[in-house]
Amino acid sequence: MSFNIIMFYLFSAIILVFSLLTITSRRILRAAVYLLFVLIATAGLYFLLEYQFMAAVQLTLYAGGIVVLIIFSILLTHHISHRFKHPDLTKMIMGIAVAVVGSALTIYTILTYPFPQTITVTELPATMENIGMQLLGVEKNGYVLPFELISILLLAAMVAAIIVAKKGNDKNAEI
Amino acid sequence: MTPNLYDFSTLTGAIHEWLSGMMSPGWVTFTELVLIGLLFLLFFALLGLFLVYLERKVCAIIQNRVGPNRVGKWGLLQTIADLIKLLIKELIPIRKSDKFLFNLAPFIVIIASLMAMAALPFAKGLQAIDFNIGVFYVMAVSSLGVVGILLAGWSSNSKYSLIGAMRSGAQIVSYELSVGLSLLAIVVFSGSMQLSTIIESQADGWWLFKGHIPAFIAFIVFLIASTAEINRGPFDLAEAESELTAGFHTEYSGIKFAFFFLAEYINMFIVAAIAATVFLGGWMPLHIGNWEGFNQVMDFIPSIVWFFVKTFFIIYVIMWFKWTFPRLRIDQLLTLEWKYLLPVSLVNIVLIAFLVLMGWHF
Repeated sequence: MSFNIIMFYLFSAIILVFSLLTITSRRILRAAVYLLFVLIATAGLYFLLEYQFMAAVQLTLYAGGIVVLIIFSILLTHHISHRFKHPDLTKMIMGIAVAVVGSALTIYTILTYPFPQTITVTELPATMENIGMQLLGVEKNGYVLPFELISILLLAAMVAAIIVAKKGNDKNAEI
Repeated sequence: MTPNLYDFSTLTGAIHEWLSGMMSPGWVTFTELVLIGLLFLLFFALLGLFLVYLERKVCAIIQNRVGPNRVGKWGLLQTIADLIKLLIKELIPIRKSDKFLFNLAPFIVIIASLMAMAALPFAKGLQAIDFNIGVFYVMAVSSLGVVGILLAGWSSNSKYSLIGAMRSGAQIVSYELSVGLSLLAIVVFSGSMQLSTIIESQADGWWLFKGHIPAFIAFIVFLIASTAEINRGPFDLAEAESELTAGFHTEYSGIKFAFFFLAEYINMFIVAAIAATVFLGGWMPLHIGNWEGFNQVMDFIPSIVWFFVKTFFIIYVIMWFKWTFPRLRIDQLLTLEWKYLLPVSLVNIVLIAFLVLMGWHF
């Protein structure tokens, strides 16, 4: 068994174990930290695939960005002694049932689908140059239009968030 | 025009050949990983000790004092004595804290700086791993350190720690933008994120000189923003001792406190090394245009010396900042970033893109 496979199983084990801990932990900040471990292990999987750009994006956006935001909001709102109550038995059973059915369906579909090879695979190194050219390309397979649309959407969302947060104090409000 | 310097890859290649003669390829990789890890840990500890000594000496010179001078020649063994003291100190448990997170936090901080260090090119051919996204990788992993600081502040269950952690979180998250944008300036110039390629592109002159005024602005912005990002004075209000005792690590004692302390100094080294690599040519000697004689004299100095001289020059500048400027208030700190540094770097990067498009840089 090669080291790559060992590393794959190691990362997968980390992802599975800490995903479970994330949803079962009764302390909210611990759950956030377990989520951080899941996201970092996912970045490890991307490194294993030699897709380093994706791994770095995963680390900056999810581990360094979103988890930090989550932790920040927990720091502002929760006290250290706070514990979540155990959910009702019916809720727990329903949740487990939904999870089991969903994962069974997904695994069944993946295992039975034949995955026909429709395109010939060409070796395309995932360097920054290639990614940049594709992302901002205007030719065939270029992504410049979706890229710009998403930027405008995000900008609109941020402006909206600021307006919502700025409520009250109408005298000095400059929108 | 590649300068004629000793290439460390001949040494590392020889070690690789020697190991390959003894075991299978998988085990060779494993052994090399362990060896490099041990080397980095050793370097980490020694560097931390030396930087603490250096800081105390620089501070003493600026304040007209002598600094440590009793233990060993010129007080050189002072920090080793400090280390022994920290090692044998009691680790005080906090009763109403979150034990798991409290103990985890120092390790997150340390691991983040160790990971960032792995991508640094120390000399020609002496780099643990050369990603094609080098600069971005360093940014990504060093952004993990803030998680450790936030956790440390919250899990100590103390108001000083919590306020310190919140301040430092807000500071790091906002100054990261300026650091990223100023590094992006040089990525635009050199057309690559790979640290080795960025260094190669400076063989005929460092980007600080080749990139006209925009590169200089980017350098200044990087120095300010990165000083803030590593929580050092004048931006050290996360651990402002006059108001918060010690900020996020108030409740830590002994070796756990030393971990935070060490990580702070190592982060300073990483920031200085990145500045030296990206703006000042890394291990590349000082070359001036077509002065063949001068350039060859410069090539006699080994690449590892060039790297460390440049890095320690930047470290000295950062220490100089700390001991001369008064500490900022939190609102001044955020105003500086969002109203001055960020707009300046945004305009600067557009300017640089224009320069590169017109081909006006050297």
